[in-house]
Amino acid sequence: MIAPIPTERDLRLDLFRGIALWLIFLDHIPSNAVSWITIRNYGFSDATEIFVFISGYTAAFVYGRAMLSNGFIVATARVLKRTWQIYVAHVFLFAIYLAEISYVSQSFDNPLYSEEMGVLDFIKNPDVTIMQALLLKFKPVNMDVLPLYIVLLFWFSPILWLLLRAPSLALIASAGLYAMAWMFEWNIPAYPQGTWAFNPFAWQMLFVFGAWCALGGAKRLGHWITSSVVIGLAILYLLFAFAIAMTWYLPWLGPYVPKVIGEAIYPIDKTNLDVLRILHFLSLAVITVWLVPRDWPLLRSRLCWPAITCGQHSLEIFCLGVFLSFAGHFVFTEVSNRVLTHVMVSAAGIAIMVGAAALISWYRRVERQGPGPRPPTTKTGYAGGSA
Amino acid sequence: MIGRVAFLLALVVLAGSANAENPAEHPADCRTAEVQPERNFALPQTARAIKAKKLNVMVVGAGSSLLPGPNGNKSAYPARLQEALQAKLTGVEVKVGTNVTARRSAAEMVKAMVPELAINKPALVIWQTGTVDAMQGIEPDQFSQALDKGIHVARSAGADVVFINPQYSPRTESMIALGTYAENMRWVAMQQEVPLFDRFSIMKVWADLGTFDLNSATKKLDMAERVHDCIGRLLADLVIESAKSSAPPAGAGR
Repeated sequence: MIAPIPTERDLRLDLFRGIALWLIFLDHIPSNAVSWITIRNYGFSDATEIFVFISGYTAAFVYGRAMLSNGFIVATARVLKRTWQIYVAHVFLFAIYLAEISYVSQSFDNPLYSEEMGVLDFIKNPDVTIMQALLLKFKPVNMDVLPLYIVLLFWFSPILWLLLRAPSLALIASAGLYAMAWMFEWNIPAYPQGTWAFNPFAWQMLFVFGAWCALGGAKRLGHWITSSVVIGLAILYLLFAFAIAMTWYLPWLGPYVPKVIGEAIYPIDKTNLDVLRILHFLSLAVITVWLVPRDWPLLRSRLCWPAITCGQHSLEIFCLGVFLSFAGHFVFTEVSNRVLTHVMVSAAGIAIMVGAAALISWYRRVERQGPGPRPPTTKTGYAGGSA
Repeated sequence: MIGRVAFLLALVVLAGSANAENPAEHPADCRTAEVQPERNFALPQTARAIKAKKLNVMVVGAGSSLLPGPNGNKSAYPARLQEALQAKLTGVEVKVGTNVTARRSAAEMVKAMVPELAINKPALVIWQTGTVDAMQGIEPDQFSQALDKGIHVARSAGADVVFINPQYSPRTESMIALGTYAENMRWVAMQQEVPLFDRFSIMKVWADLGTFDLNSATKKLDMAERVHDCIGRLLADLVIESAKSSAPPAGAGR
């Protein structure tokens, strides 16, 4: 039995992926005062969970249809082409990172930081480092999300095949892999040592769960996630996470956390996608689905347009965001580090992301129309976008 | 003209002597009321040593416990700590020894600690770590285990432990992911009831207030020396405060 795939794109996905991209950008500028507004400060999960879940959802949405209509081989080829694009994007970002590092290593030599400057030593052995970067083993700070995405997408077509035939089995297998990764401490080695900051064996579960939801799972869960009990539990859990998060910033609250709870929840493991983080993300999702229905009128309004546009071109905008966060940090260190600068750099960064996304949308439309007058083959407007 | 120079000189000398008169007082720029320790854990061995009028401290650390140059040893924070402690603990013989080598991870420092503890028998180990582990991307779990082990090693040798977390380094912030390591350190400190000297937050406040220009690309040592001087003084405050507090530790928070 092969599940039918809904044909119309759910704009909520684009909206929240766009917002997640903005939050990732804000969080990636170190010491950014504006990152106080991002969700990671108010609970356990952050924008990465949203990004990975929605990426799984849209990948299944796009390639699931391809697999049903064109078969396994063609769909696999398309998935791998996309994987390659992401890989190229990652290498491009690495080149920009190298430029930044090289600049800092040449211009900055404060004796207070002789230890920290050791982090730049790797450019003395470019033969090893660049090779390790191409193998995705050497990953500079804040450049871990794309390698995760590359690995998840690379293995996606067999998973998709299974999801289309036996969705529950695929989901159970995914959860099993997650559990095994925790039990046996599986992870991919990194260079010069250690392991991946986002363990693909753990994070795949959120990606596959997103894909499962796209292929009819969301419908099956429909009754369940709109029940008042689940919504009530989600609200309670979000409040609990919020209270715990407050103790990180207001240390005097710390002693009010009972020792049993502290020992049970810490440390909250981001590398291996802690269960507390999954639950937090799921609670957020339940509340979001409850508050924002699929046919929410504001989704087609100007207010939501900037985020939706960004969400529809997630790869390009994600890469641009990483670059802009490098640039933003550069402005903080070279020009000014006042709060006003933080606000201006953050706002300008988001404006550039929106502008770039609008430009890409416009260009796609022009390209689709082709030379000479011809009726568009696909629906214009929001139906576009990519996985 | 000469009169004006003399006047200025006199001012400088006066200011200098005013400082020299109160060596225990913080210069205004060291003050960081914004950074309060979350919890003051007791340092029983240190308190005992102070009572016995002989305090032997050992700083175990990596590159950020060092300053380069011929006067490096004298101006780095361990020496400044000794001076500040000595000034505050009149009548106590204070000795701050060091076991400091650049680029050592926490696990490597634990290994170095064992013979050092046996020889010097300090009452207090001040342990600066985290940066190198973050730079080398050591598994955060292994880092936490090394911290636990180090505390155990020091305590079984009859020494208290104080942690110093990584420096705030704005230029390399986008290249060294300190977050997880700083959090794990805070968590281990809380669980093991070890006072944590929050060097990161203190230096961040200095940068925000403009006390020190930590972005400066200078190769000169003067700013680095003043930073270390402040760290030494604030560290002495923490040690003395914690040694004084004999309150039994209550339930853990974060």
